[in-house]
Amino acid sequence: MTTTASQETTADEQGATGKGLGHYLIAHMREYGLLFALIAIMGFFEIVTGGTLLKPINITNLVLQNSYIIIMALGMLIVIVGGNIDLSVGSVMGFIGALSAVMIVEWQVSVPLAVLACLITGALIGAAQGYWVAYWAIPSFIVTLAGMLVFRGLSLWLLEGQSVGPFPREFQALSTGFIPDIFNVKRPNVTAIAAGVIAVAVIVWMGFAKRARNRAYGIEDEPFGLFVIRNVVIAWAFLFLVWKLATFRGLPNVLITMAVLTIIYAFITEKTTLGRRIYALGGNAKAAKLSGIRTERLTFLTFVNMGLLAALAGLIFAARLNTATPKAGFGLELDVIAAVFIGGASMSGGVGKIVGAVVGGFLMGVMNNGMSIMGIGIDYQQVIKGMVLLAAVIFDVYNKQRQA
Amino acid sequence: MRSLLEMRAITKTFPGVKALDSVDLEVREGEIHALVGENGAGKSTLMKVLSGVYPYGSYEGEILYDGATATFSDIKDSERHGIIIIHQELALIPLLSIAENLFLGNECASAGVIRWEETFRRTGDLLRKVGLKEPPGTPVERLGVGKQQLVEIAKALAKDVRLLILDEPTAALSESDSQALLDLLLELKGQGVTSIIISHKLNEVRRVADTITVIRDGSTVATMDASGEDVSEDRIVRAMVGRDMSQRYPDRERRAGEVLFEVKGWTVGHPEHTDRTAVHDVSFTVHAGEVVGIAGLMGAGRTELAMSLFGRSWGRDIRGEALLRGRPVDLSTVDRSVRAGLAYVTEDRKALGLILDETIQRNITLPNLGAVSRAGVVNEAEETQVSERYRQAMNIRTPSVFQKVMNLSGGNQQKVVLSRWLFTEPEVLILDEPTRGIDVGAKFEIYGIINALSAEGKGVVMISSEMPELLGMCDRIYVMNDGTFVGEFDAEEASQERIMSLIVTE
Repeated sequence: MTTTASQETTADEQGATGKGLGHYLIAHMREYGLLFALIAIMGFFEIVTGGTLLKPINITNLVLQNSYIIIMALGMLIVIVGGNIDLSVGSVMGFIGALSAVMIVEWQVSVPLAVLACLITGALIGAAQGYWVAYWAIPSFIVTLAGMLVFRGLSLWLLEGQSVGPFPREFQALSTGFIPDIFNVKRPNVTAIAAGVIAVAVIVWMGFAKRARNRAYGIEDEPFGLFVIRNVVIAWAFLFLVWKLATFRGLPNVLITMAVLTIIYAFITEKTTLGRRIYALGGNAKAAKLSGIRTERLTFLTFVNMGLLAALAGLIFAARLNTATPKAGFGLELDVIAAVFIGGASMSGGVGKIVGAVVGGFLMGVMNNGMSIMGIGIDYQQVIKGMVLLAAVIFDVYNKQRQA
Repeated sequence: MRSLLEMRAITKTFPGVKALDSVDLEVREGEIHALVGENGAGKSTLMKVLSGVYPYGSYEGEILYDGATATFSDIKDSERHGIIIIHQELALIPLLSIAENLFLGNECASAGVIRWEETFRRTGDLLRKVGLKEPPGTPVERLGVGKQQLVEIAKALAKDVRLLILDEPTAALSESDSQALLDLLLELKGQGVTSIIISHKLNEVRRVADTITVIRDGSTVATMDASGEDVSEDRIVRAMVGRDMSQRYPDRERRAGEVLFEVKGWTVGHPEHTDRTAVHDVSFTVHAGEVVGIAGLMGAGRTELAMSLFGRSWGRDIRGEALLRGRPVDLSTVDRSVRAGLAYVTEDRKALGLILDETIQRNITLPNLGAVSRAGVVNEAEETQVSERYRQAMNIRTPSVFQKVMNLSGGNQQKVVLSRWLFTEPEVLILDEPTRGIDVGAKFEIYGIINALSAEGKGVVMISSEMPELLGMCDRIYVMNDGTFVGEFDAEEASQERIMSLIVTE
């Protein structure tokens, strides 16, 4: 028996652990690859657009343009990790935008009340779809495909085929507002810089705390050199972007919304029992159920959450355009889903990270933005985006096979 | 008799691991050759080399097949030469008919158009050969596992098999289905088909095999003539593990305490066939510190009984009463059952037990995450300590608890599942086929764990299809057949014959 045992152990060791920088990089190729790809693509477009990409006004634009995709990607990641998919988010987003416009512009409902009503409606829509998926075991692809058609139709009906707007300033601030400079320097915006510095400090501090914890429990850690390089790159990128934003109008409100939501959802998925159970559900629903996890309710909740975030995205989108159009949100579900898969989630569930989805969303956003600046036609843009998505997934599958 | 196959000094290396180290195997024409060895010994790898899954050139050594050097490039290639392998996991398509499955990839067709009449006629012939009476148009999903296994063999016959390789063909079969399958093998042998059978069940090997080759740690350690007088199961086991297994079941002081768990009149309806009851009026008791066995054939309703008790995870219209220490307990959901002190270790650890893509640590804490969390936030440090504790206590062989479960061997996976349920601190554990598909050494360790649990005063219910295991481990054995308990034995009075006769006469 002992000989067999030692043989097994060597085989296992081959699988994951091992020493050395190269080995570590290969084992975590996906995470570093994504970060590297984002930087490389930004660098590429910065050069070919002659420095337009990273102009303060364009960075601000990038944030505003992609905020709603990234907010929905947070919910979509959770739905996908749970082993489902939601095709209706684009339509739901458009519908909620339409609803907000009708309430605020036509019915003169106060903005806070309308926002609250829209968020609740979004959650209810998610619940209505999640109910069939969770408790009737109808494939989410079908339920949400139906939802996509239904809410597209309802948006048209609600707006009677017309655009409705404009919104009051109060509502527009959801999207196009900026955090005022409390230090009153205005340009550069000191609040923005301070926020950036604090964010970097927290990230680095958390990195060190994690290293200390890993060491205490003998968990294999990132080689120190790599840790330093990664943190320097991230810190530099953060400070660079914040500086650019600060020299324009400061931090957009949506950036804060997005950052706070990202932190909350990263915390939920990585640190809480709720998050842990969602991964277990997606990894093996039957085993999760036999471990006492209420899988139906959990699936249901992932859809309620998705509906809520789609509603928030709808409000932000309407506020940004300052009008609700019947076509708002068409096809956006595909961008959201693409962001999640580029970010490393697995179609079969149980695998994926919030940060990955956010980076994936920005990667798509930078490509959209960069190609538009270059004047590449929408035809080629679609082709290129499609190829990038395919490449990311092939890379995943290749990695998995190589490790097996 | 001349030899059909000779594998000489086969060596196969994977990066960092030598899976096969100069293995020799000689199979004579028209014999049944048994290949035995612990899990991970290299049996499957050897068969993959033979069938071309690992193509010619990716291994060292020589394969002589039918007098010539074989250079198979893939499975199709070896199949053309009449070498057909039937894997443990059946490769049939459930929704297609028997006929369609038999000729899948090998259709009777002209220019891509299937000749149905010929297909059905030939299917009829083949089914008669393997002793199946089902119409050729029956969808495979309507057949039991035993019959599906026969369809697999018919599929091999459709391809003009000369050398049939069966990987653990009876692992999922009931006693009577296994017998039927072994009889068929003997019959095919009479018709000139040579077989290699990989099996853990030594009694079966002894029954059908002409020659037995034992593989250990990637090398051939013994080849025995099965008809020889001196070939005993003990001798085979000795060769497999490389040491004397004087004791296959560890000793335990038998000392049952008060009644711990009691079930009265448990009746469970079948979830799909509303007119059937899968479990009918079952009553039993488990004392503290007792190991109670449930014997029976596959399909007798043992797993259904266990899963219906554990949070009503199976069945409908469940009636009956469950008492823990004399008080009624609420077992209506898995969560409540766990909190009441019940644990169920599934028979199907890959499909129903483990989350293969997750780490050992996360698998262990799953049902009792609350114990390592505060206000819904998991304390990962504490979690690591807990799982590290179980890794050592259960002797899970892995470099760290952050290893993904799918990288572990069957025995170690089973220890992870056991750890998970021990972490819920149960009073009563229901173990469903706890040693299925794991090697002799790991089995012994699992038996040790079971004994330790009973020494702590926990009640253990052990469901097993291996009767020697029940006889070796249990204080009392219930016999289940067709959804009801048909008998109960004390350990001293039980024997395989008495149990089996209860099952067949009822």
